Amino acid sequence: MSFLSIRNLSVRLKKGPPLLRRVSLDVAAGEVRGLVGESGAGKSMIGKAVLGILPPSVEVTEGEILLDGIDLLTLPQAQRRRRIGALAALIPQDPLTALNPSHRIGPQITDRLVDILGWTRADADARARNLLAEVQIADPDRVLRSYPHELSGGMRQRILIASAFAAEPKLIVADEPTTALDVTVQKQILKLIAGMQARHGTALLFVTHDLGVVSKVCQKLSVLYAGMVVEDTSVADFYAAPRHAYSAALLAATPKYTDPSAGLTPVPEVVIATVQAEVAAFDRGQAHG
Amino acid sequence: MPFLRILVLRLLTTGITLAGVAVIVFFVIRVVPGNPIAMMLPPGATEADIARLSALYGLDKPLVAQFGIWVAGVVQGDFGTSITTRQPVLALVLGRLPATLELSIMALVIACLLGGAAALTGTRFRGGRTEGAIDVANGMALSVPDFLWGLILILLFGVLVPIFHISGRVTPSLDLPFTTSFYLFESLIRLRFDLWADIVAHMFMPALALAIPLAAITGQLLKQSLKETMNLDYVTLARTKGYGESRVILREALRNAALPTLTLVGVQFTFLIGGTVIIERLFSYEGLGNMAIDAVINRDLPLIQGIVLLFAVIFTAVNLIVDLLYTVLNPRLRHG
Repeated sequence: MSFLSIRNLSVRLKKGPPLLRRVSLDVAAGEVRGLVGESGAGKSMIGKAVLGILPPSVEVTEGEILLDGIDLLTLPQAQRRRRIGALAALIPQDPLTALNPSHRIGPQITDRLVDILGWTRADADARARNLLAEVQIADPDRVLRSYPHELSGGMRQRILIASAFAAEPKLIVADEPTTALDVTVQKQILKLIAGMQARHGTALLFVTHDLGVVSKVCQKLSVLYAGMVVEDTSVADFYAAPRHAYSAALLAATPKYTDPSAGLTPVPEVVIATVQAEVAAFDRGQAHG
Repeated sequence: MPFLRILVLRLLTTGITLAGVAVIVFFVIRVVPGNPIAMMLPPGATEADIARLSALYGLDKPLVAQFGIWVAGVVQGDFGTSITTRQPVLALVLGRLPATLELSIMALVIACLLGGAAALTGTRFRGGRTEGAIDVANGMALSVPDFLWGLILILLFGVLVPIFHISGRVTPSLDLPFTTSFYLFESLIRLRFDLWADIVAHMFMPALALAIPLAAITGQLLKQSLKETMNLDYVTLARTKGYGESRVILREALRNAALPTLTLVGVQFTFLIGGTVIIERLFSYEGLGNMAIDAVINRDLPLIQGIVLLFAVIFTAVNLIVDLLYTVLNPRLRHG
């Protein structure tokens, strides 16, 4: 039984085009699944749907999101919110905008423990200190008293990672957690997330457009194009022999840093035409069905 | 030390501002037609009487010399003597100041409460009918000026449903034990809630009339600011933690959204103080504004000068307080 199971999830702009087309995927307890695709493929949308933070401009038209066996979409709003808060967490994309500028760091890590899970302030503070040590922040006490603007982007992302693990969630959605960071910091943060995930045994839904990252962190992989899952496979199989032409082209397009003269390989036109035809066929099927 | 730096800079510029205000008010009220001597003497007074009285008040000297005498006095704390009441201007003005301060601050509090409530409710139910209703109410509150609100309120709660007093600051027959002119404040300190209730019943309508337009502006800007803040990443992150909509608004968004609103409230509050002049007249409220109108009607030049200078001091003080508050509320400015 998967911890997170998404079944035929369709999302569209209100009275507009579809954004997700019957997406299905599973994340087992403690497993890491990568979600890859180009910009606009809907990978972040899946993460938002799971966490109940879809923007008000979109609507879910069908499907189920089973979190630990219970469909979030059929729950009343307050219950859904509490269930998500208790079982899941988010590592956001941009550490510079994801911390509240007028609160100190400490309360931003401990708030959910105290306000929602009913911890004592002392317990929550001790937990925050341990978490900061775990994400390798020297001098946790000073950082807990700091305001976000006093810290660097890399530091803030470490804090957000610590905060995501604060309540020992069973599932974490990491929404391109290294995209906004310096290349030199990216690697450390990636290692940190992988290490924390392994130690805590947390399931991870890792949204990224970087296949290089997938090979380092993930066990399973969903490739998306235009809101459709074109391939759902294990990472090992994917690198050995991608089944879908688009996946293969995506893999071939990954820059090889070992050979700077090679230049960039785009996804061939013919592959894009093929996958677009599949999307069109799907939409025709929806319209007639 | 931004506090100290702002304070010192502000005190310097305040000095310049007040000097400018002093020059302008002194000469402008002497350029406009009408003079206090003519107001004091009965019709048909002789040229000699007029000349004698002018000499008595020093009004026969050249303008520049008069200005010099006045400024020399002001610097030593002597603002001159009121022509109509023959009392020192400073004592008169300071005697009325508490009434106007209490009225303005009560209006400010009402405006912040009304505006804040409208903004929070509108944000909580954004995109729905409630927000639409709040927008309409805001528009109406904005398009009617404060003195018209005063008349409407008098009609509603003074005439049709007489639950508030329509004139004065306190019922005249009451025995007042106060030693200061801060009646509202002192009645609370002395635990005289009967007097307090009477004072509030007198103040409420003029304060509300002043507050309604300010509440509308504040509410509109705060709601706009809140709605923008609600789309920011840290608010979204708070939602994933399990916080409900109302708590997200209050905990995460309000403080950050309130910052731009605060500056506007400061500026608008000075307009509100300007509005007290007409509102106090309308409700026969014995404050500075009412005194200012009497002073202008009687061409009581020293009194007008004193009142205008005091208003200038209040305006600059309000602006200073807003700037200091801004640094307190915004941690990013505190270490600058």
